[in-house]
Amino acid sequence: MSQRYRLPDGGRIDRTAPLNFRFNGTALRGYVGDTLASALLSNGIHLVGRSFKYHRPRGIFSAGAEEPNALVQLGTGARSDPNMHATQVELIEGLKARSQNCWPSVDFDISAINDRLSRFMPSGFYYKTFMWPAAFWMRYEYIIRHAAGLGTAPTGRDPDYNDKTFAHCDVLVVGAGPAGLAAALSAARTGARVILVEQDAEVGGALLGLAGEKIGGKPALDWVAAARAELVESADVRILTRTTAYGYFDHNFVGLLERLTDHIVDPPAHLPRHRLWKVRAKQVVLATGAIERPLVFRDNDRPGIMLAGACQTYLNRYAVKAGQKAVLFANNDGAYATANDLAAAGVKIAAIVDTRPNPEGPHSERAESAGLPVLAGHAIVGTTGDKRVRQVRIARLNDDGSAITGEAQEVDCDLLAVSGGWNPAVHLLSQARGKIRFDEERGTFVPMQTEQATHVAGACNGSFGLASCLTEGFATGETAAKAAGLSSKSRRKKTPAASNETFLPARWTWLVPSETPLGRGGKHFVDLQSDVTAADLKLAIREGYRSIEHVKRYTTTGMGTDQGKTGNVNAIGIIADTLDRPIAEVGVTTFRPPYTPVTFGAFAGRDVDDLLDPIRKTPMHGWHERAGALFEDVGQWRRPWYYPRAGEDLHKAVAREVAAVRTSLGVVDASTLGKIDIRGKDAATFLNRIYTNAWSKLEIGKCRYGLMLGENGMVMDDGVTARLGEYQFLMTTTTGNAAAVLQHMEEFLQTEWTDLDVQLTSVTEQFATISLAGPNARRLLSEMTHDIELSPNALPHMAFTEGTVASVPARVFRISFTGEMSYEINVPASYGMAVWQAVLTAGERYDITPYGTEAMHVLRAEKGYIIVGQETDGSVTPVDLGMDWVVSKKKDFVGRRSLARPDMLKPDRKQLVGLLTDDPQVVLPEGAQLVERALPNPPMPMIGYVTSSYGSPNLGRSIALALVKGGLARKGETIFAPLADGRVVPCTMTDPVFLDPEGERLRG
Amino acid sequence: MSARYSIFSLIRNALAYHEDWPAAWRSPEPKPAYDVVIVGGGGHGLATAYYLAKELGVRNVALIERGWLGGGNTGRNTTIVRSNYLWDESAALYEHSMKLWEGLSQDLNYNVMFSQRGVLSLAHNQHDLRAQSRQSNANRLGGIDSELLTPAQIKAFVPIMDLRAGGRYPVLGGALQRRGGTARHDAVAWGYARAADALGVDIIQESPVTGFRIDNGRVQGVETAKGFIQADKVGIVVAGHSGVMADLAGFRLPVTSQPLQALVSEPIKPVLDTVIMSGAVHAYISQSDKGELVIGAGADRYVGYGQRGSMQVSEDTLGAICELFPSFRRLRMMRQWGGIVDICPDASPIIGKTPVEGMFINCGWGTGGFKATPGSGWVFAQTIAHDRPHDLNAAFSLDRFRTGYIIDEHGAAGVAH
Amino acid sequence: MLLIPCPYCGERAESEFSYGGEAHIARPADPEKTSDADWADYLYTRTNTKGVYFERWMHAHGCRRWFNIARHTVSYDILAVYETGAPPPKFDTKSEV
Repeated sequence: MSQRYRLPDGGRIDRTAPLNFRFNGTALRGYVGDTLASALLSNGIHLVGRSFKYHRPRGIFSAGAEEPNALVQLGTGARSDPNMHATQVELIEGLKARSQNCWPSVDFDISAINDRLSRFMPSGFYYKTFMWPAAFWMRYEYIIRHAAGLGTAPTGRDPDYNDKTFAHCDVLVVGAGPAGLAAALSAARTGARVILVEQDAEVGGALLGLAGEKIGGKPALDWVAAARAELVESADVRILTRTTAYGYFDHNFVGLLERLTDHIVDPPAHLPRHRLWKVRAKQVVLATGAIERPLVFRDNDRPGIMLAGACQTYLNRYAVKAGQKAVLFANNDGAYATANDLAAAGVKIAAIVDTRPNPEGPHSERAESAGLPVLAGHAIVGTTGDKRVRQVRIARLNDDGSAITGEAQEVDCDLLAVSGGWNPAVHLLSQARGKIRFDEERGTFVPMQTEQATHVAGACNGSFGLASCLTEGFATGETAAKAAGLSSKSRRKKTPAASNETFLPARWTWLVPSETPLGRGGKHFVDLQSDVTAADLKLAIREGYRSIEHVKRYTTTGMGTDQGKTGNVNAIGIIADTLDRPIAEVGVTTFRPPYTPVTFGAFAGRDVDDLLDPIRKTPMHGWHERAGALFEDVGQWRRPWYYPRAGEDLHKAVAREVAAVRTSLGVVDASTLGKIDIRGKDAATFLNRIYTNAWSKLEIGKCRYGLMLGENGMVMDDGVTARLGEYQFLMTTTTGNAAAVLQHMEEFLQTEWTDLDVQLTSVTEQFATISLAGPNARRLLSEMTHDIELSPNALPHMAFTEGTVASVPARVFRISFTGEMSYEINVPASYGMAVWQAVLTAGERYDITPYGTEAMHVLRAEKGYIIVGQETDGSVTPVDLGMDWVVSKKKDFVGRRSLARPDMLKPDRKQLVGLLTDDPQVVLPEGAQLVERALPNPPMPMIGYVTSSYGSPNLGRSIALALVKGGLARKGETIFAPLADGRVVPCTMTDPVFLDPEGERLRG
Repeated sequence: MSARYSIFSLIRNALAYHEDWPAAWRSPEPKPAYDVVIVGGGGHGLATAYYLAKELGVRNVALIERGWLGGGNTGRNTTIVRSNYLWDESAALYEHSMKLWEGLSQDLNYNVMFSQRGVLSLAHNQHDLRAQSRQSNANRLGGIDSELLTPAQIKAFVPIMDLRAGGRYPVLGGALQRRGGTARHDAVAWGYARAADALGVDIIQESPVTGFRIDNGRVQGVETAKGFIQADKVGIVVAGHSGVMADLAGFRLPVTSQPLQALVSEPIKPVLDTVIMSGAVHAYISQSDKGELVIGAGADRYVGYGQRGSMQVSEDTLGAICELFPSFRRLRMMRQWGGIVDICPDASPIIGKTPVEGMFINCGWGTGGFKATPGSGWVFAQTIAHDRPHDLNAAFSLDRFRTGYIIDEHGAAGVAH
Repeated sequence: MLLIPCPYCGERAESEFSYGGEAHIARPADPEKTSDADWADYLYTRTNTKGVYFERWMHAHGCRRWFNIARHTVSYDILAVYETGAPPPKFDTKSEV
């Protein structure tokens, strides 16, 4: 029983290396070198799956990437892969595969009832039904959803990992068939850096599936081996097998997916599963070959019906007879090669059915002289056989091939090989915006024009003969290398001789007539995977969906995982015939990446988990971790949020931290604040233009708060800037905006104010910033420095000095974001941890308390200080914030003109107020909306919202900041916050400064 | 006149081998003159024509499409529908749209498969949580359904999601609009086309507009590949090409046209029953009725009319999806594509008058126009018929850029959608 | 991923750059004397050409210099690169509609 369809010798499988695998639970055997499909066929298994819509039994149809039917689920659990092409899965020991989209089994599938009901499910039926009762749609949809889909998603986190890499080359050759190998050889011989990509496990392309081809008088595969050997020896050539060029993007950027371990049973841990290559090629040679297309005839989808070229490949490459008794149905000469090869291998040829009335061509002649039974001018008009084709009906065609004449005859078979011609694989060319045209002689779309640095060679270019492939390949490789700048000192060799037979002559047939009118018996499948029939296409056109895109979308033809590789050209032909328009006018649908599906994980590569996005940490990060801090993400930075002690939640910890700052001493890691060094003769002028306030008169050694607007007048950033020297300032920015502020300023300097002498340097990472705050701040700092005079006169609020702290050179800024006496100490980043620890140790006597961002937010809110991004959202002006005091009336600055626009001057703009709940214990949720009057039910007009809200331990009550329409003029009035839990909280608008409005603590 | 669609007509036609179905719409030659010409046969344009005919009795209408109906962003988007926008003006407009969605299949007698399976936006940091609270509260008081979910509630709602999100940006909360969901994009264009045609609207495909005839500042008609068509009023609804049309009419817009891409996985059995959006990691995802995971991201940054996106956008998007759904890492991208979105500086649309009298424009929907289709068409029809904006779109005038009344939806639309 | 020729560093991948929108939009010399309409034009109105577009890029992960390029917004072909402040090269800027 085992592998009874395997030939005793021949093929490229290794009979000394048998493999065990399971399909739908059945133990089977194959050999190294098999694909899952060839191994199944060697065991006589054709039925592998069920179709998408009608759940019809389906078999292996092709031998490659174009496979529409044989999709299987591999593996189980977290390491499971749905929708894998059995035709591309390399067989490995222990492989477990099962059929998809069938229940309980592929042999007996309940949903096959759909096929019986198919009359009620033409294309687009769902647009016409399921509308009543309206409330039932979700129930109908549930059923539709569960009937749809193919395989199943893995059930857990992927245990494998993937990788990504960049590559550059002179010439990228896609496809390692004869044309691609020739192109790679001739390009490599010029010394070009070449990457040769092949989706198969080995190079050779179509030659691997052919018998008796000769190149230079020797077996073609000898030439392939020699070519490969030469390329392997070439220093600057990289051959990537098991690699698909899936997408051709702008500026000659090509995406490749390399599969490194899928064919290995226990892959070594260092190997990623898949690798995404991002290749920038100077020149690209497309040698992607051609894909055979089937014929569209009645019931053309049964298991055992297969592309002729695929039968040939299974026979010659895998030594598998796809059946014992074959019928060939073709419209071209080339397909006869399959019959000839099958006959030579002992397969009985029951009939060759040729739509051509007078078969001619070398392959036909060989078949005729071998005595194979040819029925010229005939067509197959029906098939029978439930899970395997059993019999075909054959009838004579009339002269123009549009109808049948006479009685049909029946012929038994277990294999039906079909061929309707060949389509160049122009997908990548088309993705690269290349143009294709319909060629009447070859009956297909061929390349016409390239838009990028693209060259096309071989069958992909419509040059189907082997000799043409070689000639074109060699010439194109050299042309491409030359275009890439290589001087063409190719060690030119003579192109070896080969036959130049093609599949022509042929007679083009888009839709094979049958005994009953279309749609009134049997199904003529155009797209096997999506279950789209010729009748569906005609229905769509009848209903007014006439554009090729409308037909595609209405019927879903070409929208399956195979993207219509085998079916699309037939669909276009049938549409053109139906519309009575030339094919060229009907056109093609857009080819979109990927050529074959690409694993999501490969796009992520190693940038997963913690590596998704860089984490920025301050020099003191390790200390915070050891201290048990909880962190919050602010942009890419990870900042200590609060430092809970045992038993503390957020509120308790923050209350403690806040109280410590107000009563003794707190310390916060402020290293994440952006720091920009600004120098040059015009630095002050520059700041005048960038900030809303004036800077020329700021003394050296003094600091000033600045507000920065976008040109649209909206607050963009704020921070304190110190004048370090006549021509040098140090600007601080908010943590999240540092990069944007630098870019904003650079833009103006480089594009508008090119006359200014100003240089900007980001120094954020150069310094660690330790901010002391609290009544004991000066006391502690004075104990840690011997060369800085800290008295209020020497270093008053908003002053700056330099010296040493803990014996480390430091810049000390007396500035405050808490309303307490506060010193910001900048030390070189590498000293950050040491100084931080020194501060903590020295501060023990003051019970120094490290505090996080949450406590910092409470402290600043008590003082009514805004946070850009919290009190502002890109629609708030300084006037709205009540911060006119920082807006100069005398000079222009970025954003000033926008403040004078009519809507900026309206009194009912949302403006910043303090908000006190009438019940001091109630803390409003941030984001609560405010209303004049709470209505019993929504909708109700809203007049503003809460931007910040905290319980303030220092004030013994809750406080909030809010933006309220016309709020600046409404202080003292009561408004309401209707909360999600149903409470309506009355609150009073106040000044936003809740603590120490005179700033005595600050100046201390 | 189209036959009414129902299960009965389906059965009747099945018995006739489906050979008697009438065309869903006619393909007439243009008449010399119309009361209104709509330029653009996407969802918004078709909806405009439909509501002009249905609600306002303006039936002498032509709709001119340069290619095929629904061939622009209507057929290229990720089909998300929601109305939980930040600003009151936006929320009111999108909510009006939502209400139309809720009866659209029945109104059009065409199943647009509007599926209210919920739209869940994730919060990954404290800032996100605050923004969601603000928006959710505003929606609630504005009469739009909105729920804030805790991580535990999110886990229960979407069990396959990894709330750790790989550890880099864990999910801290979410805002759910249960009435949100998805619809079948092509069906929206086709349903509106069929219904508009039935009311007498002439739909003219494959007829690019090559110019406008303007006299004394007033539009006279439209030059097309099929000749000049006289029109009292012209409505321009050509997402992706608004600037090009404005240029033909002699004015300029505060709009840039940028590539926006989307992708789908191979079809798999149902695994995700809602729509997930994440701003911090820039991605959104749902599963179509066919079983494909439909995934989108932000727009490319540059001006581009190429209908294709950059590879690094798919890398970022899929990277984010793999964090939220680690079990999706082995799934495969089946198809990717791009559209052209017209983006306004405030990420809100422009719906109203133009400097040319009798000419109206509806544009700038950015990355989220699909969900607005019914509402956009409805207010635009009102605007054209009455020569002034409806209350719902009064704020979305072109003039707002002069006065500064910007409706900055970057917060709500930041992740596109 | 575009390949952008930085005039100072050479060809680099698009991911190294940030986009600066349309080039040659000068800030009004005297904003106070600029009308609301003209100011709005400066702030918001963009030519948004379908065809050859003059635009600014900045080599953010490189030299951090701003420069201009002329790029076709349909083919994405880059036709010219020139320094900030230099006049735009001449092209037939409009593509077919």
